[in-house]
Amino acid sequence: MTELLSFEKSRPNAHGPRLPDADVDGPGSADLLPSDQRRANPPGLPRLSEPEIMRHYGRLASLNYSISEQFYPLGSCTMKYNPVANEVAAALPGFTDLHPYQDEDSVQGALSLMWRLEQALCAVVGVERVTLQPAAGAHGEWTALRMIQAFHRSRGESRTEVLVPDSAHGTNPASAALSGFHVVEVKSGADGRISLADLESKLSPSVAALMLTNPNTLGLFEREILDVAELVHATGAKLYYDGANLNAFMGICRPGDMGFDAVHMNLHKTFTTPHGGGGPGAGPVGVKADLVPFLPTPTVERLNGHLKLDFKRPQSIGRVRSFYGNFGMLVRAYTYILAMGGDGLTQASLDAVLSANYLRNEVKDVLDMPHDGACMHEFVASARNLAPHGIKALDVAKGLLERDFYAPTIYFPLVVPEAIMVEPTETESKATLDAFATAIKEIVKQAVEDPQSLHEAPHGLPVGRLDEVATARQINAYLQGQSEDPVLRWKPAS
Amino acid sequence: MLAAIGVGSMDDLLVDIPSSLRLESLALPAGLSEFETMAQVESLAARNRIFADRLTFRGGGVYRRFIPAAVAAVTSKPEFYTAYTPYQPEASQGTLQAIYEFQTLIAELTALDVANASMYDGATAVAEAAMMAHIHTGRNEVLVAGYLHPEYLEVLRAFSEGRGIKVRKGVEANSKTAAVIFQQPDFLGLLVDARGLTESAHKAGALAIACVDPISLAILAPPGEYGADIAAGEGQQLGLSLSYGGPHVGFIACSKELVRRLPGRLIGTSHDAAGRRGFVLTLTAREQHIRRERATSNICTNHSLCALAASVYMTYMGAEGLRQIAEVSFKRAHALADRLSKLPGWEMAFPDRQFLYEFPIRVPKGPALNRRLARKGILGGLDVHRWFRELKGVQTFTCTEVNDARALDELVEAVAG
Ligand SMILES: Cc1ncc(COP(=O)(O)O)c(C=O)c1O
Repeated sequence: MTELLSFEKSRPNAHGPRLPDADVDGPGSADLLPSDQRRANPPGLPRLSEPEIMRHYGRLASLNYSISEQFYPLGSCTMKYNPVANEVAAALPGFTDLHPYQDEDSVQGALSLMWRLEQALCAVVGVERVTLQPAAGAHGEWTALRMIQAFHRSRGESRTEVLVPDSAHGTNPASAALSGFHVVEVKSGADGRISLADLESKLSPSVAALMLTNPNTLGLFEREILDVAELVHATGAKLYYDGANLNAFMGICRPGDMGFDAVHMNLHKTFTTPHGGGGPGAGPVGVKADLVPFLPTPTVERLNGHLKLDFKRPQSIGRVRSFYGNFGMLVRAYTYILAMGGDGLTQASLDAVLSANYLRNEVKDVLDMPHDGACMHEFVASARNLAPHGIKALDVAKGLLERDFYAPTIYFPLVVPEAIMVEPTETESKATLDAFATAIKEIVKQAVEDPQSLHEAPHGLPVGRLDEVATARQINAYLQGQSEDPVLRWKPAS
Repeated sequence: MLAAIGVGSMDDLLVDIPSSLRLESLALPAGLSEFETMAQVESLAARNRIFADRLTFRGGGVYRRFIPAAVAAVTSKPEFYTAYTPYQPEASQGTLQAIYEFQTLIAELTALDVANASMYDGATAVAEAAMMAHIHTGRNEVLVAGYLHPEYLEVLRAFSEGRGIKVRKGVEANSKTAAVIFQQPDFLGLLVDARGLTESAHKAGALAIACVDPISLAILAPPGEYGADIAAGEGQQLGLSLSYGGPHVGFIACSKELVRRLPGRLIGTSHDAAGRRGFVLTLTAREQHIRRERATSNICTNHSLCALAASVYMTYMGAEGLRQIAEVSFKRAHALADRLSKLPGWEMAFPDRQFLYEFPIRVPKGPALNRRLARKGILGGLDVHRWFRELKGVQTFTCTEVNDARALDELVEAVAG
């Protein structure tokens, strides 16, 4: 099934919405605005009736896989169940109808929620303060690096490099570059963990920070984390924690205790705010005491039971977004934390680790496992054992789609060829994990017996494999003036 | 499950964690039933004061508008809100097509060639637009003309400082200027000479970045009509609630020449082997997961669901509905300005300037006035002196289609009485 675009379904005489009249006397825009300020041609928006709109989006919704209907073991993304109570909480008029420029006295509930959420996040990761302002993980990374930069500058030091492991998520080096740092890559050892020798050789007085994920993107705990912290701190650099993988150890251990100075958290992963087809999320950043002066403004402060926004922070890096962050997502995360409590969060992490190890064990004989031993909340397999049959990680992914599973993350981390990164999360039942393992085994069998059918997967979905190369080529032609079709948007046939 | 794995206990799976790091327990209260949880959350919500739509006259970048029920009915579909970024196109055509439609809607509204899949908010959209200009021109300074939203300016500064880009206020672009940034209408609600600013930017070889209000584009000349290179802005007014400032949605649109500098996701059309049309993430070589430290931006997760809300809103309204919304707001704001400026001690702060539906006015004893209005359930004007020294006693008032004629009477009576 496919669905026409709203633009293609548009009918010039469709009933538009009934809207209020102005009901006041006086001039309209045509009376007052000079013609060069007025729009010459109306925008080409579609025109559809409400029933047509509802059917259009209803049909589009049915073309998606989502956690509500499928297992979604996307590694590094923590696609766990999004409790529906979170949605009810965020939709309370006491939150949705709050203007960001209301007086402090009239928003005490909101500030209190932010304060309590900050306290809870501090407890989970072991830091002094948290800013809730960043809108997503990458935004949090950049915010933290700007704070680290400001910290070094305040001490008269100009440190220009940031170390990033080769297994790091792409946002790490991109955030470092966006903060004006030069990125230096640190190699992983054969055991999938950061190489201390390589780290030592790259540390110098110009290094501002090492960015690290722990467990790393291979799902492995950096056993030597305390040594790493010591090495890094000995040179005066800061240790940054990419908290996208926090789901592995809530209540089990804390980045702050490992020696991390700054930590971002993805509330849209660990704390169940839904991903919304790509956002919005929220990427709060926690810091140890010596980075606190550099937190973005405003912070929420409590004075005699009254909460206020503090804008007077002379050493602050300033604002990283408008207003106070993705407040609606903060409400969802806080609701989740309240419901789970310390005991529930700890159990969630334990269950996440158990699920990942169970599933890893179930498929370890049919896929290549580049690293031995226990994993944390996710594991990385490789489809390289299927290469003799001409089968790639991509084909395995498409075979899973065909069997009504969303696919794991593939081709990431970059250090594993034909990577298949699986993160089952704690909210999936054993039955689901078993069904998934069975599907993987079937696909591996199919790879050997009938690889061609796997190359043609997925069958039975709204579309088959799409020709992305042709898309890129057509965009090129458009950008070079050789074609009228913009590809990146709809245009009426001329 | 432990037995299947072949270990005796959970601790066997956690052996890599040094024992000195293991926690006894998490220092948080124990979990609660859903009923208890909701009671606590509701009590927090109840400690916020909510002003009725019709009696809210405060804007400043976030506005009360009528939100059709269709918007929430679509965005609360779990097939949309519980999906991830559409990495597997065959299983994500719903999200991909919806965002492709969003890109088209924004391109149409701004009259520019291409728009991206969304940004976090208006502030980061403007800052990213400035980064595009910096990369494109190789120049190290951006010029901010007039009253840009003060929070956008702060975010622009935070982005620029890291990269060593200078942010200067003024209108005189020179050979170091990467872009001239202006807001239309500006933070105070006033119209600026967008055409003139664009021309002077181009004369100096700089790009023109217009920070625009999407509703205004139903009646105002859009960036594409006056030759601006990039349009960036905040889409909250397109069907998103105030939510104490977020999540909302930023957007960026640009001319063809700048497409490869765009930050974030882009969706394009494609086809499968059977010739069926489909949609895919494309031009990914700009992005962090491919290009890493050389990416145009670090953005990964964006504001897809908010972009979906905005798409439903724009489709529901259509060009004619948007024009009516803008026009009703315009008429009411002008009627209100006329009445308020006749009150003793009140006067328009910039009487010679045009505005749409937000306007700056000098108000006697603003803080006391706002307290008095609040007692009558009215959220009055926004005191802008807090950001701009020269605007002592100035407040901005906003009118939209939700402030009915009777609400204007109530405001004027409350002010006078
Ligand atoms: C390890 C890791 N780091 C950082 C990020 C970036 O987070 P976000 O997409 O919220 O910007 C992600 C997720 O995409 C991730 O998996």
